[in-house]
Formats: sequence, C-alpha cells, structure tokens
Amino acid sequence: MQTHSTWLFENARLIDPSCGMDRRGRLLVVDGLLAGIDVSDEDVPAHAERWDVQGCIVAPGLFDLSTEFGEPGREEDETIVTGTLAAVAGGYTAIALSSNTDPPIDTAASVEFIRQKGARADNCRVYALGCVSKHQQGESLAEIGSLVEAGAVALSDGPRPIENTGLLRRALEYCSMFDRVVFDHPEIASISRGGVMHEGMEQLVLGLSPIPAEAEDLATARDLRLIEATGGRLHLTSISTSGSVELCRRARARGIPFTNGIYVANLHLVDTLMRSFDANCKVSPPLRSQDHVDACLEGLRDGTIDIISSGHRPCSLEKKMLEIDAAPFGMIALETALSQVITYLINPGILSWCDAMAKMSWNPAKLLGQSGGTLQRGKPADLIVIDPDRKWKVDATALQSKSYNTPLNGMELDGVVLATLVNGRKRWACK
Amino acid sequence: MSNTSALAVAAQHSMVNAPTVPDSWQHKHLLGLEHLSAEEITLILDYAEALHAATLNGRKKLDLLKGRTIANLFFENSTRTRNSFSLAAKRLGADTVEFSSSGSSVAKGETFIDTAKTIEAMLVDAVVVRHSSAGTPHMLSKHLGCSVINAGDGPHEHPTQGLLDILTIRQHRGSLAGLTVAMVGDIAHSRTARSNIWGLLKLGAKVIVCGPATLVSKNWEKLGVEVSYSLDKILPRCDVLNLLRIQFERQAIRPFPSVHEYTLLYAMNQERIRRSKADILIMAPGPINRGVELTPEVADGPHSVILEQVTNGIAIRMATLWLLLGRPNPTNV
Repeated sequence: MQTHSTWLFENARLIDPSCGMDRRGRLLVVDGLLAGIDVSDEDVPAHAERWDVQGCIVAPGLFDLSTEFGEPGREEDETIVTGTLAAVAGGYTAIALSSNTDPPIDTAASVEFIRQKGARADNCRVYALGCVSKHQQGESLAEIGSLVEAGAVALSDGPRPIENTGLLRRALEYCSMFDRVVFDHPEIASISRGGVMHEGMEQLVLGLSPIPAEAEDLATARDLRLIEATGGRLHLTSISTSGSVELCRRARARGIPFTNGIYVANLHLVDTLMRSFDANCKVSPPLRSQDHVDACLEGLRDGTIDIISSGHRPCSLEKKMLEIDAAPFGMIALETALSQVITYLINPGILSWCDAMAKMSWNPAKLLGQSGGTLQRGKPADLIVIDPDRKWKVDATALQSKSYNTPLNGMELDGVVLATLVNGRKRWACK
Repeated sequence: MSNTSALAVAAQHSMVNAPTVPDSWQHKHLLGLEHLSAEEITLILDYAEALHAATLNGRKKLDLLKGRTIANLFFENSTRTRNSFSLAAKRLGADTVEFSSSGSSVAKGETFIDTAKTIEAMLVDAVVVRHSSAGTPHMLSKHLGCSVINAGDGPHEHPTQGLLDILTIRQHRGSLAGLTVAMVGDIAHSRTARSNIWGLLKLGAKVIVCGPATLVSKNWEKLGVEVSYSLDKILPRCDVLNLLRIQFERQAIRPFPSVHEYTLLYAMNQERIRRSKADILIMAPGPINRGVELTPEVADGPHSVILEQVTNGIAIRMATLWLLLGRPNPTNV
C-alpha cells in the first residue's frame, strides 16, 4: 500500500459539508494535511502526485457512529483488521466501535485494547465507545471517568437499549461532567422482547413475533424528556418509526438539544422482505413498513434526522443459518452504506450530496468532537474519491468484511469508492 | 363429494389405471396455502377423495409411490400429524424415515439445515417438516434439492391441516361458497387459522376470526376477514366453528386472565349449541383440550366432525405426496 501523502486532485467535484461547499476545483494535500482549494501552481510541491479525478467527487471520509465488530470475543464475526478494511473499502475514514464485545468495553484496559488494535490495523481511525453500565447489564454505571480517561469518545450500551430509566438519568447527569454523549438505542424491551420483525400486516401473515413501533416511540419520548430534565447530552442511535421522527421534530421545534441517527437499512428496506424468511433481513431496528420508511426520509430531508449510520453488525454464516427466531439480529453495511445513500437518497433527490455527506461525516465528527467531515485547510486529509455514476452489484462473498450477512446480496447499487485516504495515505483503492 | 363422484374424478384423471399428475399442478413444494390458487386447492381436495376411494377407504395399499422415500422431520412434538403423514406415505407404497427432535438447533448444536441435509443425503424424495419457528420449511426449500412439505411452521402455516378442514366442510356442504366459517380462539399463534383463512377466502367462504382481543388482531379486517371478540354475537350466523387449541406453549405472556374466564367467553358448550344454526359443524384441529375450547358433550355430539377431520387428514396427505412426487421426473418449479 502506498504511503505517499502529498496529492493534487484536479478537476474534482469538491464537497465540503462543514461549509456547505459543492463545486468544481482542485484540492491540495501536503504531507497528510489538507492544504487548500484552488491553489496556484507555484504552491504545489514538485513531489505531489497529480490525480485527474474528472467526473468524480472528492469529499471528506465518512465517519460512522454505529459499527460493531466481534473483537474481542466474537472474532468469527469480524476482527478489527477485517472490519477496518471493510470500513475503508466503504469510504469510512473513522469509526466509533460498539462496546458490545465479549467481554464488553467497560474498563480502561479494554478501551486501550480497541485503540491499540485499531492503530495496529492501520486502516481507518478507530475510536472506542465505552459501556454506560457495568458489563452492559443495565444495572449500575460503568466506571465512566476511567473509560473517558482511557479515550472512550462516548458511552453506549448499544445495541442494547438502556432499559432502566433511572440508570439512563444518572448516566446523563454523570457524563455531563466529562462532556461526553450517551448513546441510546431507543426501544422499550418489555414491549418488543422476543420480537423478530416489525409488527404489521406482513408480520400478521407470517406469524413471526412482533416488534411494535411504539416500543421505539415510547423510548424516544422518554429519552427526549430526560434530556430536557437533566440537560445531558444524548444521541438516539437508530430512529426507524414515524412516531419517533415526529417526536424528534417537535423536540427540535422546542429547542431541546440532541442528536439522532438512522441506520442505512431503514432508509429503503421494508418488512415485506421478511417473506423470504432470510435471516439476513432480521435487523434491529427491524425493517419497517413503507409508511415508516417514508416518514424517516421526510425526517432526513427536513433536518429532523442528523446522522446516517451504517449499523454494521456482522454475524458469521453459521449464526445466520439458524431458524429466524434463533438467528441473531444484524447486517453488515460498511461497504454498502454510501452506495445505499447515493441510490436511495441522493439520486432520487431526497438529499443533496452536501446534506448527505454532512449526515455521514461532518455531523458525526462534530458530535464526538473529533476531526473529520471537512476539507478545511490544516485538517488531516481524510478523504474519499467517489465515482457517482459507476454501478456495481453487491456480492457478499467478495466484500472485505469477514461476514456475509447482508440482504443486499445481488442488488445493483450506484456509486463506487475509488479511493480512501487517511492522513493523506491511500488506505483503499478500488480494483 | 360422494364416493361415486370421487371415483369419477379418479377415472377422469386415469388414477387407477395409468396414473399421471395433471399439468395444472406445477409445484415442487407445499409450503402454505397463501400462494395456491382456488383451482390448485380444489385439485388437492379432489385427489384426496379420489385416492381415499382408490384405497377402498384405507383398506387397500396402492403402489403409486413405490420406491419413493419420504422423511418425516419433526423438530416439534407431534403424534397425529406425523402418523398421518406416515400412513399416507405407506398407503401409496412409499417408504418412510422418521426423525424427531425437539428444541431449536441452538440447543442441539447442529443447525436444522444440517440435520435436514443429512437426512436428504440418505436419498429421500421429500421431507415433511414441522418446526416451532416460522419459515423453516421455506429456508429448507432453498437448501435442499428434494420436495419440502410444511407440516406446521410456528404460527405461520399448516397447509395440510387447512386443506383437511376445508375438505371436511365440503363433504358436508358440497361447496364452500357463501358459507360462514368462524375460527375461534388463539388466532395470533395459530398456523391452522392462517392456512384456513387463505383457503377459505379463495374458495368463497366468509371468514370470521373470534377470540380475546390480545390474540385477535384488528388487522385481519384488511384481508377481508371479519374480526369479533364475542362468540355469542356471531354464533347465530355461523355455519362452521373451528375451535382452535389455546397454545399455552407459544404464549410468552399469558394473554388472558385465566382459563376459567376463557371458557366462559369462548368455550363451545351445549347451551351455545342451542343458540347455533341447527346444522352447525363443530371442528377442532386437535389435540383438543376438553373443557377448555369445548365441552365433552359438544366434542362427542352430533355436530362434531372432529374424527372425520382426522380421517380426511390422511387423504389430504396422500394427495399432497402424490401431486409432489407422482411424476417420474419432477419438474423443478
């Protein structure tokens, strides 16, 4: 892999969501740092590698807040090496790794493990999320101060919801001392427990156990009220219902500060896919009916939803070969997320390129207070080069991820990541 | 249909002399009734009667499926359905392999797909699958080369049960069109209810689902099914009552206060028979909980056709096996 880190991208369509820029130009990168747009020839170092990217987009690398790998404990699903390779292949230059490992990331040592493994893999930036509760058991607070000290960028029990409302309230208060965000997967488990798919007509016909929409709505309402009450910082990781979107819209109108995200699966996949009984369609939040998907798209369009996350959750082949009731939730998405957004949000005109990139890079970076999501001079050159017009067919076995669990296998998507640069070094190049 | 007309059907399809599966049947698997047409359902019913007649009501063994092997793959307890499939296979001259195992593959350590592939590798022509999880026969149909017959997948479908219920009604009423059939009880967890609903609607019956609101979704109305919470209100209009068993084992949380209260509201007893149509048919897919869904007087009374259902079960399963396996070189559809 090249270690070259001085570049001149010429004839690029440059998109910078941090300042709302979308125009043609040339972009200079010197020694791994962004060095300006439309620089004059005399400012270009002689050793700069010139790349004419006519017809392509150069944008900040994507930043994911909802990535799960299996390491430590479930390396059969994904290791930090395979997972970060999948990330750069999908255009991600930074990921915040879920604390859902075995054991969970609830000690300073385990945060350190994630950071070291991430650095050693040397693909993308790897940030660690620490647990909100000890052992992710949802009862008492983890040693959040130590986790933050060790480098945890936010606190999350994801993909588990924080069921215990008292615990969530304490977590919001306690984390405010460290200016860290608490992530919650909004779901009232006493309503959804045992559920396999979205409750509705499809579920009625298939006879699978239901996950009612109100399980999410009620958790969203609860979380928003707690933000207001405590002044704490909270990120709703995964909005998927019309009720949640409406609650978030009203909360924004009232000026309550919070962020929220949606997983790419919930942008376009619907519950009718469960008719295949393909365990790869079993995800959390579940694939909803079209009316919920439409409400989420409207929420993205009008700014109610801030962030688009991959929701990457690898499961080894044998786990997904089980009965649908027994198979675990999850799909891999790092390598398809950008193309899903291009195909189902940008090309149909629901989001502009700039807005879509903001939700996939600038907003998540800002939320964690980390670099990324910008082409601003002086910042690290974490970049992607995208050919927006090239189509590709998803072949799960050809992806970099160690697992194959995607319901998109065989589907044609728009947009290919030609290259991913981290600190100006090319960490991925499309063959 | 009388035995005479059943024999006519048999003759028409050259059943006895030169048996051939009609071109109008093009399925490799029987996974449910949702995706069968009224014509296909009627074809199975006709063949069931014809085969029943051809076996001289079970006294004669045919050799229509001689040399074929059918595996019963039961991942959930069952006696009647498994035995019914076994007898059906034997009356057509086929060999059977029995495999039963309870619990999910997680508990066993081998995936159910691997179990099924192992059985298939013993060179069977069809697997009859029962499983507590919806969709398992559909998953198997993608992984196996042989025919797959759904003998009940969780609360999803139980097509041969739906067919035998419908055949029983047809034998008594000649036609399903215009009849009012109520499914009573735990609709939410009932595969029998779902298969019956599809079959009955396609054949022109009016379907009512009736039971506690926690077990009967209002959404059924969107499929053209009437939803009722009161057996007493619908009773005078019903031609057939199909009393579903309360599936305690599938209910994670008790959906009604007590069995006592359930029987007060929904059990079929002599007093309710008096308020029913004079020729009402009482059906139950079994096993029945005497004293819960119906009292012994009703179960053994003149309106009950519960044992006829059992007999028809074998006929339906013979027809199913014959239609799926009766061609020398089955076309893969």
